[in-house]
Amino acid sequence: MAESAVVHTGGDSARSPRWREFIGDWSSDQRAFKGVSWGKAMMWIFLLSDTFIFSCFLLSYMTVRSSTTVPWPNASEVFALHIGGQDVPLILIAIMTFVLISSSGTMAMAVNFAYRRDRRKTAILMLLTALFGAMFVGMQAFEWTKLIMEGVRPWENPWGAPQFGSTFFMITGFHGTHVTIGVIFLIIIARKVWRGDYDTERRGFFTSGRGRYELVEITGLYWHFVDLVWVFIFAFFYLW
Amino acid sequence: MAHASAHAPAAAHGHAEGQQHPIKLYLVVWGWLFVLSTFSYLVDYFHLQGYLRWTLILVFMMLKAGLIVAFFMHMKWERLTLIYAMLLPPLAVLVFVAIMAWESDYTLLSRVTSMGTPM
Repeated sequence: MAESAVVHTGGDSARSPRWREFIGDWSSDQRAFKGVSWGKAMMWIFLLSDTFIFSCFLLSYMTVRSSTTVPWPNASEVFALHIGGQDVPLILIAIMTFVLISSSGTMAMAVNFAYRRDRRKTAILMLLTALFGAMFVGMQAFEWTKLIMEGVRPWENPWGAPQFGSTFFMITGFHGTHVTIGVIFLIIIARKVWRGDYDTERRGFFTSGRGRYELVEITGLYWHFVDLVWVFIFAFFYLW
Repeated sequence: MAHASAHAPAAAHGHAEGQQHPIKLYLVVWGWLFVLSTFSYLVDYFHLQGYLRWTLILVFMMLKAGLIVAFFMHMKWERLTLIYAMLLPPLAVLVFVAIMAWESDYTLLSRVTSMGTPM
């Protein structure tokens, strides 16, 4: 499958070994990221900085959890839902995970159709992605409500170490904010795609740069990152 | 490959641009992410404990993260320069993890020995 894909390297040294290209890029004048647009490089660098933010959150969670003398609440039981007369462990979180992965799938396809200049399919897939994202935030709101009703606060909870609440609200809250911002941006970009802004190269309101379909890919990078962060939160906070 | 030929007229308009891969590739990755997520969930569902649990969680996590970054974020097709610039710095986090693991170990020890709290 990989061989049949179009390899897009750009630049003039595409035929030389990749490590030569690597050294050449880093030792070159003015710009290192050859063949990568300004917007895309900046999005990657932003995502790298965001990686460190979420890393620090998960690190602080690790630190408080492994240094407390009070037992940590069992996430499997805390996040269980009562369905059909029995408690299904962690089921809401599992559904949220599948919803977010599905949104990543539709986003990846939206990027694909964007480069094929298929406005209709791109906009529909982006709106579908936004819908999945909104569903995710909705389920998170439900989860927060449920836990708050059960007495979870940033400083206490009925089951064990009080730090459970503070790390839970901070980590999932920050992630939920990212998802919400992503949904807003998806809708804005989808509208521009629908209107044909990227065919006519209409200038944007923010940087006044010419509109181009790469913006769909850049939005996609952010969206996939949100999904990526959830993979780590799911593993470390909910499953550990 | 039917997709590529079906969209050939559209591609002929302008020059080939951006990331264009068969839709099937995304569906396959999507499928694998579903399978791996199910496995992660089953680790909890079957109450696996200890090192087996932690190993499986980490393996499924890294596989999922790898699939998302490599295919959905198109890292696989980026230049080596960008790949290293994005993947190497997060390794510093591992050093931080080691420092804080050591630190929290010490905190726990102080709490147990000085504050009279049970282990």
